[in-house]
Amino acid sequence: MIAEFGLAALWLAAALAALQLVAAWLGQRPGGETLALLVRPAAVTQALLCGVAFVMLLWVFARTDLSVLLVAENSHSEKPLIYKIAGAWGNHEGSMLLWVTIMAVAGGLIALIEHRLPEKTMLATLGAQAFVGLGFYAFLLFASNPFARLFPVPAEGQGMNPLLQDIGLAMHPPTLYCGYVGLSIAFSFAVGALLTRNVTPEFAKVMRPWVMGAWMFLTVGITAGSYWAYYELGWGGWWFWDPVENASLMPWLAATALFHSASVLASRDALRTWTVMLGVVAFSMSMIGTFLVRSGILTSVHAFAVDPTRGTFILALLAINIGGALALFAARAGTIAEGERFAALSREGALVINNVALSAVLGIVLLGTLYPLVTEAFSVRVSVGPPYFNPVSAIFVFPMLAVLAVGPLLRWRRDRLERIKGPLIAIGAAGIVVLLAAWLMAGIALLQLLGLALAAVVAVSAFMPLRGRSLKRLPLPVWGMAIAHFGIAVALFGMSVDSAFTVEKLTAADVGQSINVGPWQVRLTAVEPVAGPNWTALSGRLSASYKGGPAHELVPMSRTFWAPPQTTSESALLTRWNGQLYTVIGGGTADGRWQLRLWWKPFVTCIWLGGLLIALGGFLALVGRVAADVRRRVATRKIAVRRAEVATA
Amino acid sequence: MKGVRWSLWILVAFFALVGLFALQLSRPKDDTVASTMVGKPIPSFALPAATDQNPGLSSADLADGKPHLVNVFASWCVPCAAEAPQLAELQREGVPLVGVAVRDQPDDLAAFFQRYGNPFSRVGADKVSQLQFLIGSSGVPETYVVDGRGVIRHQHIGMVRPEDIPDLLARLKDAQG
Repeated sequence: MIAEFGLAALWLAAALAALQLVAAWLGQRPGGETLALLVRPAAVTQALLCGVAFVMLLWVFARTDLSVLLVAENSHSEKPLIYKIAGAWGNHEGSMLLWVTIMAVAGGLIALIEHRLPEKTMLATLGAQAFVGLGFYAFLLFASNPFARLFPVPAEGQGMNPLLQDIGLAMHPPTLYCGYVGLSIAFSFAVGALLTRNVTPEFAKVMRPWVMGAWMFLTVGITAGSYWAYYELGWGGWWFWDPVENASLMPWLAATALFHSASVLASRDALRTWTVMLGVVAFSMSMIGTFLVRSGILTSVHAFAVDPTRGTFILALLAINIGGALALFAARAGTIAEGERFAALSREGALVINNVALSAVLGIVLLGTLYPLVTEAFSVRVSVGPPYFNPVSAIFVFPMLAVLAVGPLLRWRRDRLERIKGPLIAIGAAGIVVLLAAWLMAGIALLQLLGLALAAVVAVSAFMPLRGRSLKRLPLPVWGMAIAHFGIAVALFGMSVDSAFTVEKLTAADVGQSINVGPWQVRLTAVEPVAGPNWTALSGRLSASYKGGPAHELVPMSRTFWAPPQTTSESALLTRWNGQLYTVIGGGTADGRWQLRLWWKPFVTCIWLGGLLIALGGFLALVGRVAADVRRRVATRKIAVRRAEVATA
Repeated sequence: MKGVRWSLWILVAFFALVGLFALQLSRPKDDTVASTMVGKPIPSFALPAATDQNPGLSSADLADGKPHLVNVFASWCVPCAAEAPQLAELQREGVPLVGVAVRDQPDDLAAFFQRYGNPFSRVGADKVSQLQFLIGSSGVPETYVVDGRGVIRHQHIGMVRPEDIPDLLARLKDAQG
């Protein structure tokens, strides 16, 4: 019954989305005012129903109700409860339901609280949101029903991919979806603004927190995904330019450009066309990413169960939503009035360079990801990897980071370089000192050298905008900007140091043997079997000492799961302030030794620390904006109350 | 504004992309990784014997003037067991078959041969997939046609099914001429 209840709630939610769309459409016409009143309640009810459907799915997973096909295929009664629940979205159908639920909840939220825009634009926005939502409901109900029953009921479920039994990964899809869906709200706002010819600073202000939130979630999602790949896959790398990583990076790049653009529009009424365009592009990238991952047309480590119907369905949604929005944009781009003018040397000017560079990197990543598809159409098989992505994107990223160092120091509208001579010299000096110091250490490649120097430049410049301001009264968004920019410097530092100074050892060791890797001496003390709840493992005991210091124990494992049968390597990491020792144990060799893979990775943790700082910056900016909005609402209400009192007195 | 022109180009590019996606979706996906070594001489190697039943395998054994079938397999691989009857039939046809046992243990191999038969004249032990990588094999089982001069002439990816036997025999014949 639970499954049927969930399915019914999902159908009803879809019906309400249809109602929301029709009412928003007809409500725009003369005489449609009564219908227009239905739009907001429909959005809120839709959110509630969708939430009910999702809770029902969680419930059948928690109970391991094997008469539900999805549970039987993806769960197992012996799995720990937390992974049973996470299993609800660790598969195609459940993750699509999660997506639709988050989208409905976000739509319901704007319907409930957003009153700053003209009602006409709001209706168009909610209509667009319902239109996008309907496509996904159709996809769920006709091509990916999560509640389908299975008869006869099997005795046991088919487990879940053991690689996915990991708490970090359980949180990975929800985080990314919050990001993708936030961008769908930005998309709906952009479409609403285009439809009603209302691209204004108000529109940017309303859209900005959603983009900011989405961007923050994407940042966390990408950072966590990168760390997961790093410790779970046991390859010692943190970014592989895998199609799925690119699929999450592209919306992030677009969202980064989008909220910078939206900020300019909100405070300066410039970059109108840029903001609307990026609003459409950011969500397009989310959808293209989803398509690439789910259709299986690209080969990737993230293989979902591939089904051509699903690919066709998402492609159709992509063509309708994005094609429609781009056509609308082409038709209306000419009618978007030019905003305020500004000189080339101004903060707006720097942000335009930022937009152009981010868009260029986005184009490079998109091209590199799709290039194998293009050549495959001509029956040529290629794969595109780091030798393309790293240097080609660096061509744009490095100048962009230089502009990032200077941009926040510039004034709006027009500025002179002489005015910021002091800070510029300080920033430049930091860069040159690090460049020389790094150059003197032999054996560093050009990209790593430039990366280190730019990390210093960006780090020093990040806090320059705080000069001469009262730190207590500094608005949160400015703090957010400083911290996020500093986070970029930290991450860049980690990437450069890791690629320049990592030491790797691949060896077969006897028990008792010692191996040197960088400043570490690692001894294999024992190899023993271990049993877990649903796996058995071969575990190696390593004793590692840093420069002859006290010994630390590491226990890397090679795990064998039995449902389904699969072997994974569990790396063991030892983190110091200045880097990580990364150890992996493989199988035994024929002569009784054990395969060991050891890395010393100096400052590698800075990569993810930087990612988290970037997200923290976004969070502070978001909190600052939302708090300001709440204060404004409270003040308006007080004024209204006071006026009413005066009127009655 | 001038925005109109370039926004049309974006629209065109987008639909070109959708067309490309549609084209790729409509084609069956071919995930096999073809070896780039086909047509090239097999690199020189010498593998020790994998069990005491057969001698080991070296590149010199393959360049003896006769074409060979080189079967890359492992006792831990299920399709390798499934293709055993087909390999036995090839052996009955008089095809010189040699094996490369990837990441295997002598005891497991002996049990595997006990159960599914041993069609090979020589079986080399490829403990760390060294030869496998050299000949561009990305998985097990794979079967290579190597001609009498030691040149790789053909790569068969996946298990040998009954319907693949005529093709393999034809390719061996080609390799002879």
